[in-house]
Amino acid sequence: MHFSESFFARRFGITPRDLEKYLAEALAQGGAYADLYFEYLSTSAISIDESIVKSASQGVSLGVGVRVIAGERTGYAYSDDLSPEKIRKAARVAAHIAAGPATVEKVSLNEGQRRNLYPVITAPTETAFTERVELVKRADRAARAYDPRVFQVQASYADSLRQVMVATSDGVLSWDRQPLARLNVAALARDDGGTPQRGHAGGGGRVELSFFLNEKTPEHFAAEAAREAIVMLDAVDAPAGEMTVVLGPGWPGILLHEAVGHGLEADFNRKGVSAFSGRMGQQVASPLCTVIDDGTMANRRGSLNVDDEGHPTQSNVLIENGILRGYLQDKLSSRLTGAAETGSGRRESYAHIPMPRMTNTFMLAGESDPAEIIRSVPKGLYCPDFGGGQVDITSGNFVFSASESYLIEGGKVTRPVRNASLIGNGPEALKYVSMVGNDLQLDEGIGVCGKEGQSVPVGVGIPTIKIDRMTVGGTA
Amino acid sequence: MSGNHLAGLAADIVQQALAAGATDAECTIAEGDEFSANVRLREVETLKEAGSRGAGVRILAGKHTGSAYTSDLSDDGIRHMVRSAMELAEITTEDPHAGLPDATDLGSIPGEMGLYSNDVEGLDTELKIDMARRAEDASLRADPRITNSEGASFDTHVGHQAFANSRGFVGEYRTSYCSLSTVPVAREGESMERDYWFTMARALAGLEKPEDVGRIAAQRALRRLGAVKVETKKVPVVFEPRTARSLVDHIFDAVHGVSVYRNESFLAGKLGERVASDKLTVIDDGTIPGLFGTSPFDDEGVPTRRTVVIENGVLKSYLLNTYTARKLGLKTTGNASRGLAGNAGVGNGNLYIEKGAGTPEQLIAGIQDGFYVTELMGFGVNIVTGDYSRGAAGLWIRNGELAFPVSEVTIAGTLQQMLFGLEAVGADLEFRGSMAAPTLVIAEMTVGGR
Repeated sequence: MHFSESFFARRFGITPRDLEKYLAEALAQGGAYADLYFEYLSTSAISIDESIVKSASQGVSLGVGVRVIAGERTGYAYSDDLSPEKIRKAARVAAHIAAGPATVEKVSLNEGQRRNLYPVITAPTETAFTERVELVKRADRAARAYDPRVFQVQASYADSLRQVMVATSDGVLSWDRQPLARLNVAALARDDGGTPQRGHAGGGGRVELSFFLNEKTPEHFAAEAAREAIVMLDAVDAPAGEMTVVLGPGWPGILLHEAVGHGLEADFNRKGVSAFSGRMGQQVASPLCTVIDDGTMANRRGSLNVDDEGHPTQSNVLIENGILRGYLQDKLSSRLTGAAETGSGRRESYAHIPMPRMTNTFMLAGESDPAEIIRSVPKGLYCPDFGGGQVDITSGNFVFSASESYLIEGGKVTRPVRNASLIGNGPEALKYVSMVGNDLQLDEGIGVCGKEGQSVPVGVGIPTIKIDRMTVGGTA
Repeated sequence: MSGNHLAGLAADIVQQALAAGATDAECTIAEGDEFSANVRLREVETLKEAGSRGAGVRILAGKHTGSAYTSDLSDDGIRHMVRSAMELAEITTEDPHAGLPDATDLGSIPGEMGLYSNDVEGLDTELKIDMARRAEDASLRADPRITNSEGASFDTHVGHQAFANSRGFVGEYRTSYCSLSTVPVAREGESMERDYWFTMARALAGLEKPEDVGRIAAQRALRRLGAVKVETKKVPVVFEPRTARSLVDHIFDAVHGVSVYRNESFLAGKLGERVASDKLTVIDDGTIPGLFGTSPFDDEGVPTRRTVVIENGVLKSYLLNTYTARKLGLKTTGNASRGLAGNAGVGNGNLYIEKGAGTPEQLIAGIQDGFYVTELMGFGVNIVTGDYSRGAAGLWIRNGELAFPVSEVTIAGTLQQMLFGLEAVGADLEFRGSMAAPTLVIAEMTVGGR
């Protein structure tokens, strides 16, 4: 597709010459680099509660962010008005970070190579609401039908279509159309007069609406949420202290996101404030562990054709056979350290400055049979599902919360236990990985990563793994 | 920013919605200007400056609702928004409890509430950079073991909110705030730790001195150096105000009208019952001048007020908007909260635990073996069951004194046990946000470590 057919050219009549002029204005005070990020975001959300579709909303937000880099300094301004006067005003405000005569010669933009990792013809956001509302109604019915002990169901469906365009003073001109959709189901169950328990499931991706009709149906997520709530009705107190922990495949990959992913973002390492700073080439995990961050996986929630700085995403090896191999770079860090860009510059919206971020982070499969992994544990905890996690990148301590877990007794998974947090230290925890399963799974598409107040969609994945030593935060 | 223009525009949008066939409508408009300066290792790192605005409309077609928002406030943008909301009312289900507040509930607290100070607007950029630089510099000079920094930041925000509905409410107010924070990194041998401190106020004059912010941040990072993991055991746990505040957040989630009517809270159905030790009194007050949870009316046009949530351990009130109040057969407490999209939710005003007596030193003096928590991590709190399990760091208490730093441990129990186990409440209540608590002493929790 030629630029003239791109969204911003068609809708707002923007030309490459206009963009070159805005960039020149941004660099007029002596900045060394500038970029423009245009965004037009359409969203919709529908939710059902008590079998009543109580809320439906849709909306539009648009704007442009202008960034100027001068040495280690960044100037940033944005406008939610795409008129030339407002864009030029934002460019002048951002330009003030530098003080001096312009040093960059004329900018000329080149359209980059294009690919499409999510060839979605009709984005869910562009479909009829009558089709989308059926998803939450079906989820509600299915969760209630799962078991008579289910007494409350809430299902929410949200989608967005983000049109973006990036122009940089390096000459990059790229644009992308980024669809995203997600269905979530939460179910509450209780025995007669007993304490309620909650179960949760959800998923989606950069997909057509048919994904929810043919691949992961509302009934699939509903049954999973209801099953988790019912299981938890029999939960006993979780154990406390150090023990062997087995993580199930899929979403428990959030361990990698917290334990190593954030600590390998280049901004923290450039500044020397990460527990992983200066450890390149060192052993930071057991030799069984190879961890990848890959922004190019088809239709995944964390994937992007180009990152939010206009650079194509790629597959990056973070840890190879336990050895630290790479950091995740954004434009600023790669400029300052001379490291190659990794396609990891992301931002929440036009109102935010890009930072190095993860995309889809996972561990490669190993050779162990998952059943064999469980059989090898005399006493421990098996965790197939988690809630959220958090990390202190400086000390390296991270925590994540098991939302479904079981005791392992005598090599068998036995009783479910109540919600407990697991805590560990990033550069240490993965050294205790003693078995890696052959069953790599990616999560179903629910991840949201927060960093310095900015949220972006991400994916994670992991095979079944055994960690010989980790602290479990129960009470028993 | 324009004055009456915003409230007038909100009222116009409501009229457009009625003309398009809505039986009722409400509109929120928010405008804001933000500025932020970051300094790291005494050099400017980023400067950010911008303004934005947006509108949201919710319409009722009988008992069906639909909502839409836009950042495009042109005539076309607004027409499209109203049409979008009307379209959505066709797919939602009739809900007998849906609707605007009763006209008699609407209103606004008159008089000056101290939410806006013109000393925040138009501040010189150099002055803002200088504030951040002074805070970071004070942290870097505090001790040779402060070897690095994630920088300091000075932020301001000036906002203008307008709200109108088809029952005749039109209101607007301006807000301002400024904040200063710094994150020093301390290092000794293999141990590297960071911590932060911040100050925030509606007016520049209300901020603490940058030097104090830097010095406190440095002390906090330094006292974490050499932290160890302790044995797993059950001990008394003391929350300093910064971590105690998170318990207020959990109480908020548990008395939140939606969690209550859905039976999704361990406090649902407990109105009038004892739910905590008699040391605990929790108040929500959206009317205290100048604070961060203050406003003249909530996001449905209902005046804010003072609500006693828990009094001497007895649950007195939930926090409700119009919808959740109707579901529960109660009256709204003026706690409606909304962004631009969707239905109103429930938000807090200034929600706090009433102060008791004693300094932190006095409160820990009687503890032989215990844990003083200065940082909490993760999301391991289940409001449905009350199960509580979070990552923690802090200082170990031995023989009534803070003895050595501890990290990479968990603290666990249930919120029910924690509320009933509240043994002492300190006098050190101060507001650094819309939720606040003084030092709290909990009789016993499980510390998970080695």
